[in-house]
Amino acid sequence: MSNNFDRNLSSEDVLRRRASLLQRVHIDGILLLLLLILGAASLFILYSASGKNIDLLMKQASSFGLGLIGMLVIAQFEPRFMARWVPLAYVGGVGLLVVVDVMGHNAMGATRWINIPGVIRFQPSEFMKIIMPASIAWYLAKRSLPPRFKHICVAMAMIATPFVLILLQPDLGTSLLVLAAGCFVLFIAGLQWRWILGAAAAVVPIAVGMWFFVLREYQKQRVLTFLNPESDPLGSGWNIIQSKAAIGSGGVLGKGWLLGTQSHLDFLPESHTDFIIAVLAEEFGLVGVCLLLLLYMLLIARGLVITVQAQTLFGKLLAGALTMTFFVYVFVNIGMVSGLLPVVGVPLPFISYGGTSLITLLAGFGILMSIHTHRKWITQA
Amino acid sequence: MPQPIRLKDHEKDARMVRKRALVGGIVFLLLTAVLIARMYYLQVVQFEYHSTLAENNRIHVQPVPPTRGLIFDRNGVIVADNRPSFSLTLTRERAGDWRQVLDVIVEVLGLSEEDRALFERRVRQGRRPFEPVPVLFELSEEQIARIAINQFRLPGVEVAAQLVRHYPLGDHFAHSVGYVGRINEKELSDLDPVAYSGTHHIGKTGIERFYEAQLHGEVGYEEVETNARGRVLRVLKRTDPLPGRDIVLTLDSRLQEAAEAALGGRRGAVVALQPQTGEVLAMVSQPSFDPNPFVTGIGFKAYADLRDSIDRPLFNRVLRGLYPPGSTIKPMVAVAGLDAGVITPQTRVFDPGFYQLPNHSHKYRNWNRNGDGWVDLELAISRSNDTYFYDLAHKMGVDRMHDYMTRFGLGQRVSLDMFEETAGLMPSRDWKRARYRQPWYPGETLILGIGQGYMQTTPLQLAQATALMATRGKWIRPHLAKTIEGLPAVDSDPVPDIQLRDPKFWDYGRFGMEQVVHGPRGTARKIGDGSPYRIAGKSGTAQVVAIKQGEKYDREKIQERHRDHALFVAFAPADNPQIVVSVMVENGESGSGVAAPVVKQVMDAWLLDENGQLKAEFAPPVKAEVVQREQ
Repeated sequence: MSNNFDRNLSSEDVLRRRASLLQRVHIDGILLLLLLILGAASLFILYSASGKNIDLLMKQASSFGLGLIGMLVIAQFEPRFMARWVPLAYVGGVGLLVVVDVMGHNAMGATRWINIPGVIRFQPSEFMKIIMPASIAWYLAKRSLPPRFKHICVAMAMIATPFVLILLQPDLGTSLLVLAAGCFVLFIAGLQWRWILGAAAAVVPIAVGMWFFVLREYQKQRVLTFLNPESDPLGSGWNIIQSKAAIGSGGVLGKGWLLGTQSHLDFLPESHTDFIIAVLAEEFGLVGVCLLLLLYMLLIARGLVITVQAQTLFGKLLAGALTMTFFVYVFVNIGMVSGLLPVVGVPLPFISYGGTSLITLLAGFGILMSIHTHRKWITQA
Repeated sequence: MPQPIRLKDHEKDARMVRKRALVGGIVFLLLTAVLIARMYYLQVVQFEYHSTLAENNRIHVQPVPPTRGLIFDRNGVIVADNRPSFSLTLTRERAGDWRQVLDVIVEVLGLSEEDRALFERRVRQGRRPFEPVPVLFELSEEQIARIAINQFRLPGVEVAAQLVRHYPLGDHFAHSVGYVGRINEKELSDLDPVAYSGTHHIGKTGIERFYEAQLHGEVGYEEVETNARGRVLRVLKRTDPLPGRDIVLTLDSRLQEAAEAALGGRRGAVVALQPQTGEVLAMVSQPSFDPNPFVTGIGFKAYADLRDSIDRPLFNRVLRGLYPPGSTIKPMVAVAGLDAGVITPQTRVFDPGFYQLPNHSHKYRNWNRNGDGWVDLELAISRSNDTYFYDLAHKMGVDRMHDYMTRFGLGQRVSLDMFEETAGLMPSRDWKRARYRQPWYPGETLILGIGQGYMQTTPLQLAQATALMATRGKWIRPHLAKTIEGLPAVDSDPVPDIQLRDPKFWDYGRFGMEQVVHGPRGTARKIGDGSPYRIAGKSGTAQVVAIKQGEKYDREKIQERHRDHALFVAFAPADNPQIVVSVMVENGESGSGVAAPVVKQVMDAWLLDENGQLKAEFAPPVKAEVVQREQ
């Protein structure tokens, strides 16, 4: 079918392809620029947050480099090619999660790792963050929109299986992100508002049920601490009180780079990982936080543009879900550090120290680039 | 699914996705606005609150203990100073299982189970949270090295340098200067917690205790930046502490040592003071003890040894030793009798060797069984005739006796600045009624006249009573502090001088005392032989166990510890008193034979120069004194 809508897009697309070298190597210039800025900002803030730890900085930089390479490689694959392998990846991923739950490697009281000494050590749940939206997108892209009840049920089952497996590890943060990634696909696919409102209404009984049957003691403690951090200022409330003090004492302009007392004197826990936004807020103030949020919003805006411009339904659903999940990262992390949300282990994307999440995130953006740069309008008609 | 519908769907799908992306974008913008609003609330609205919180986190106020004032003797010899010392401190809150940490310390330093118990007691006494408590003092270099090697096993343990009190002269001044020790819980509850916030030690006895307020100084403060583990990173602001005031003592360390030497290893007490000024020149209670271990905490066994020793080294005999004054108070009783008008200088009493109350058969014996015949006042003192003083006491009665002796300081605390001085006892009718619910018996008055019975006096009181003889009633409280930071000690509650009807009465008493040493029949004439200056003294014997009526004091039958205490009091030169000495030799038996030579030796050390001649500064102003004696 050839209509105005398609023609407009194709002509624009052809124009750009000719103008840009980046387009030909399947790189989205805007995304790459924003990612590089964030990567630089990360090193800048990490230097302060880690107490001028150069080793740690080098590790983060090499993870970032590795992630960028991974991103560029992924961008070279056509989305169709990816779609072909999605079912297999889903089955494999769930299988690995089962393996982890049965015999995984222990870290911090939670079983999250698969560790083959000397060969590889990774968290299967991390891959699920990408496999999950891709699988749901693959499933729904074959159906007509909005999805019907039967398809919604199948999709929910596909979401619930890995979600429960990750929750059992237990890893509340990742499981919620995986859940969100799957649900966003349904949302973009046009899930009826009555279903959305119904699910929202069901949250309360589900939350109560989880409290009694699913949540571990340390997770319950986090929720209790969130509700009233002052109840145990030296114990579990310590983190949130100290991070709020760090943020609040930064004021509008901040104390200056390397001059944050809360982080440099070790009052702020996890200052270079999950709580790094508090270091930023302490040293660069409200202005620094707003600038970072601006960068994130630009990334998300670009992601939504890619979603809208995507050629295939699979591409649209996957791009939209990845972009929206990215926002969940940002919102949950900043919300928990500033005391709006309970403490769940979600890193601040691109800024927090940690190779695994960095590589996963960049892989997601590689998929976005792939979706955007492999559009073939001629074959569509 | 029918194919046509699917083909048609493409545009509709795109619209749907666009719509949902738009909804998502708007929701994200709203949520981002929520985040910014939250940040605005924390960073702008609550900025003050969180700034304060962050500042309080990092800034701690630490007390800086003041340096304790130094103590010198009258010649500037240092008696108490502060020495840098390394001690091992433990902070309970940082040690985790602190009992286990103590085990490691004991193991690393190779200490005993007893030490460990001591450490545990010290840690338990720890005060405010996060305050390092010293557990072991005066670490050797080897011990410091051992701790350093094992530091990883010793959380909360630090080697700290601090100033610790030290007494370079050891046991010479233990009973006068006293010592400081660790603040105990009872003291802690009475102390100003702010003033003592950095101080671990407090004066326990003696000068250290009495002048604690002056010696301690004022605490200073340091504002320090700490990290989350409480480690001090840098000092932001400092208010220096005000060091304690230095005290110069009236004591003379050379005379002190001479007095100790004069006792010659016997148990006893020596007090030497300047009668005109009340300055105590020497204060000896033997045996003594080394106060230094008490500063850092003496071990259980060492303390038990001191406490349980039969010689009682911890007992301050000068201030707390109570003895019947015996004949030493006869000169004062004589002066009292003259002033009360019950005798005149010419009054004579016949001594058959005993005294009997009218209508009583009981014989109050003179020490000389054979009797001294007719005795006047001068002979009564120089021969220490008991019969004369039985008669005098009987004539005076207990009430007047009590009043006069009280004015001489008996039964009173006489010192200005001595910690835990005992008042002793000067009995009266009221006292006996209250104490025993009995009336006063006339016979009890008689023995008061010779310083026996209920009377209880300290060597210091005897020295002061003798000083009053030397100064003719001028009351100056004996004191140990000559100056405090250059200012003389002030007596806020001076005792009124003793005013006699006729000041000449003093001279009859004094002349009698001079005859004790220099008279042909004087009891202590041995020490007067060849003395380059004249001494006025009086011997005395304090009974340890009472002798029954008709029984004779037989030294062979009496255990050494039950023998009488020997007393001797004196001042010299007799016509220009420069020094008063009071000596008590425990179980010494003979005042004139044992205690008097000690007095002489102390006086020689003070009055004579290296050639054995009276120092020029003590030479008597000849004229005035001669005139007085001839009257």
